[in-house]
Amino acid sequence: MGQDVFEITVNCIKLVLIFLMMVQAVPILVWVERRGSAFIQNRFGPNRVGPLGLLQLLADAVKFLTKEDFAPDKAIRPLFYAAPIFALIPATLAFAAIPMSVPLEIGGYVFKIQGYDMNVGIVFILGVSSLAAYTILMAGWGSASKFSLLGALRASAQVISYELALGLSIVGIILLFGTFNLTEMINAQQGTLSFKAFGHTVTSAYIPNWGIFYQPLAAIIFFAATFAESNRLPFDLAEGEAEIVAGFHTEYGGFKMLMFFIGEYGHMMLGSALMIIFFFGGYGIPWVTVEDVRQWAAGLSESATTISVITTLVHFLSFMIKFVFFLWVFIWVRWTLPRFRYDQLMDLGWKTMLPWALGNTILTALVIYLIS
Amino acid sequence: MAEASGMPLGGVIFLTVFLAIFGTFLIFLARAIGGQRKNNSAVKRDIYECGIPGQEKRETKVSVKFYLTAILFILFDIEIIFMYPWAITFRDFIGTGQGTFVFVSMMIFLAIFIFGLFWEIKSKALEWD
Repeated sequence: MGQDVFEITVNCIKLVLIFLMMVQAVPILVWVERRGSAFIQNRFGPNRVGPLGLLQLLADAVKFLTKEDFAPDKAIRPLFYAAPIFALIPATLAFAAIPMSVPLEIGGYVFKIQGYDMNVGIVFILGVSSLAAYTILMAGWGSASKFSLLGALRASAQVISYELALGLSIVGIILLFGTFNLTEMINAQQGTLSFKAFGHTVTSAYIPNWGIFYQPLAAIIFFAATFAESNRLPFDLAEGEAEIVAGFHTEYGGFKMLMFFIGEYGHMMLGSALMIIFFFGGYGIPWVTVEDVRQWAAGLSESATTISVITTLVHFLSFMIKFVFFLWVFIWVRWTLPRFRYDQLMDLGWKTMLPWALGNTILTALVIYLIS
Repeated sequence: MAEASGMPLGGVIFLTVFLAIFGTFLIFLARAIGGQRKNNSAVKRDIYECGIPGQEKRETKVSVKFYLTAILFILFDIEIIFMYPWAITFRDFIGTGQGTFVFVSMMIFLAIFIFGLFWEIKSKALEWD
């Protein structure tokens, strides 16, 4: 009984910590986005408040908090206030299922560096993260403004259209690894390239055993669809300010607006984390297996706890480096590419990416069938 | 997997409830600090419009294209979900020697899928103007 209570407490603390980590990452990402965009467009960006403008985040938060709480007369108030609250939920629920490092073993207890480990991880993440469409529709309908409603409809149509390509590109990954579990996927990508073909084992010492070398097309489709799912440029038709003011959050301001931002950046983080896990070896270090790292750590220390801590920290660092790189790619693309037109967007999703993802699935199944 | 990490379902429910409470708390905190003014003008209380009084009713008309997209999405998404169990068991079936049967039956399913997609494109269900 006592152990159960202990485990439940640890799990709850872990979940809250993961959520707080995500919330903390949002202002930093906003800062990186503003500085990065300034760097790309040859201007300064926020550089007055604190060193390098870092305290700008704090100033923004205070500003958001002190804004008047306001809802238009015509708005449907329950929906209008509930939408930003629900905006937090999908991305956080999905992100908590992401394994961020090797499990930590301290005195017989195994702490997983992830909120909850599910053997149907992918299905859960896909299902939960697509609930974001409801949040957007709630905000758009609850605002009772036609700009909001149009933005919300556009966003939800776009999210569900790219969900198809996203789901199909993952079929190739599932065929490759034969599992829904994210940890097992990462374990399958350890070390250097090696696979079985026609009964022989093909190896290469120079290429890491990453998903992208087996599924390059799926990687491209998945990454593009992730951009559309998180409503970011070049797919941010939901907020095309030249056409529909600000899309579904036209009527929002202050802290409620900030909560939508947390949701959007949460989807961005989820997208980069999934990209890493499917195609770039997750928390694994390229060319090296977890066992190698554990042996290296055993050379540094005697105690099992220290070895475990070092292994976990090294893999967490590896995860974070990849994670930050892909978050930067998100920002980089946003300030490099122009926005699509709406019909081009739908054409790309339905007529280009969906057939290519289908072709990728058939090809993967065919190759797996032929070589084994 | 489930026994090592306690109850995933419990975790999901806990996180959902926690987020709902946290979000509500943030909304009330912002209201407490930012305050609400009582005597806003009619223009401010109106929904956003480009400098003219808003006239449209709340239930504004919406293009039927969105509805069509949603219906097509449901059809295709269910078909894609059918492929997940197939994808996860494909290697096992190859191992037991039933690979050809499983592969060919999925190819027939995919042929219908592709036919549906091209018929949909051909019948201009996906044209946006």
